[in-house]
Amino acid sequence: MNCIIIDDEEMARAIIEQFASQNKNLKLDAQFEDAIQAIKYLNQHHVDLIFLDIHMPTFSGFDLIQTLKDPPKIILTTSDRNFAIEAFEYECIVDYLVKPISKDRFDKAVNKAIAFQVPNNETSSASNNESKEDSENDLYVNIDRRLIKIDIPSIYLIEAKGDYILIKTSGQNYTVHSTLKKIEDKLPNDNFLKIHRSYIINIKKIIDIEDNSVLIEKDVIPVSRSNRPELMKRLNLL
Amino acid sequence: MKEQPNLSYINQLSGGDKEFETKLISIVKKELPEEIYTYNLNLKNKNFELAADNVHKLKHKISILGLELCYQLAIDYEDDLREQNLSRKNEFENVLQAMINFIEELK
Repeated sequence: MNCIIIDDEEMARAIIEQFASQNKNLKLDAQFEDAIQAIKYLNQHHVDLIFLDIHMPTFSGFDLIQTLKDPPKIILTTSDRNFAIEAFEYECIVDYLVKPISKDRFDKAVNKAIAFQVPNNETSSASNNESKEDSENDLYVNIDRRLIKIDIPSIYLIEAKGDYILIKTSGQNYTVHSTLKKIEDKLPNDNFLKIHRSYIINIKKIIDIEDNSVLIEKDVIPVSRSNRPELMKRLNLL
Repeated sequence: MKEQPNLSYINQLSGGDKEFETKLISIVKKELPEEIYTYNLNLKNKNFELAADNVHKLKHKISILGLELCYQLAIDYEDDLREQNLSRKNEFENVLQAMINFIEELK
C-alpha cells in the first residue's frame, strides 16, 4: 500500500516514517505538515492509506476527511484517548493510534487497513453491486461504543437535539451523538427531506399535511416556510 | 519519588538505531521550546482555547520523554484551560521546565 502522513508535528511524522520504513506492506510516498498541502497532493495522486493527525491548526483531520470525495483508508493519529465515537462516523477510518505510538500497535493498524482492502479486490463486481445495494440501506450509528445497524427505509423522522439527534423508526428510537447535517449526507435524497432546521423526514411515511405541519406516524412536525416549496414539489399532487 | 524526564521511550523506539535516536532528540530540542513559546504567548494573551491546543500538542512531548504521570496532569490542565481554570498552571509549567532542563543537557 502506498501511504502518506499528515501531521503538523515533526516528531510524530518522524516516528511514523520510521515505522512505515520497517513495514514491508507500506511504501511512504509523501508527508505533509498541513492538511491543505495534502489535499492538493491527493487531488493529483492515488493514495491507499493516510496516517492523519486530528489536531492541526486551521484545518483539522476531520475537516480534511469531509473535503475528500472518495477518501482512501485512514488511520487516525491522536493524543486524545477518548474520541473513538467521532471516528466511527467515517467509513474510511480503519483504526486510530494514540500517541505515543508503539510499533506493535502501528503494525496492527496497518494490518487492519490491508484487511479492509482485500475484499474489494477479491469479490466479483456482481457481488459488489449486491453488497452495495444492501449496505446502501444500512446506517451504522455509535451508541455507547456499539455500532448499531439501522435499516434506513424504516426511519421516518430525525430530530436535532443539541449535540445529539433522535432517530425514530417504526420499531425503535435511537439517540446518537451527531448532527442533522452529517446524517442528511448519509441518507438517500429521494426519500428524505429536511423540512425544518430541526427535522428531517422520510416523505414516504407522511400521513397528511395541514397548513405548516406534517403528520408522520404519530408525530406532528412543523414545516418551515423556506422548506415548504421543496416539500410540495416532492409530493405527487392531484 | 518525583517523575523525571528520560529517554526510555526514544531508546525503545530506536531499537539501537543511533542515527534515528539522534534525529528524534534533535527534533525534541527544536520543537519543544517552540511549542512552549507559543503556549506562553497564547496564555499571556488570554487565548485559553489556543493555549489548551498547545498543551494538547505538548502532551506528545511529555510522553516521548517518559513522563507518564505528568501526561495525566497535562490532560487535566488542557481540560481546565478550556474552562479558563489556571489552578494547575504552576504544576504543569514545572514539568515543562524540567523537560527543558533535561533536553539542554542532552548532546
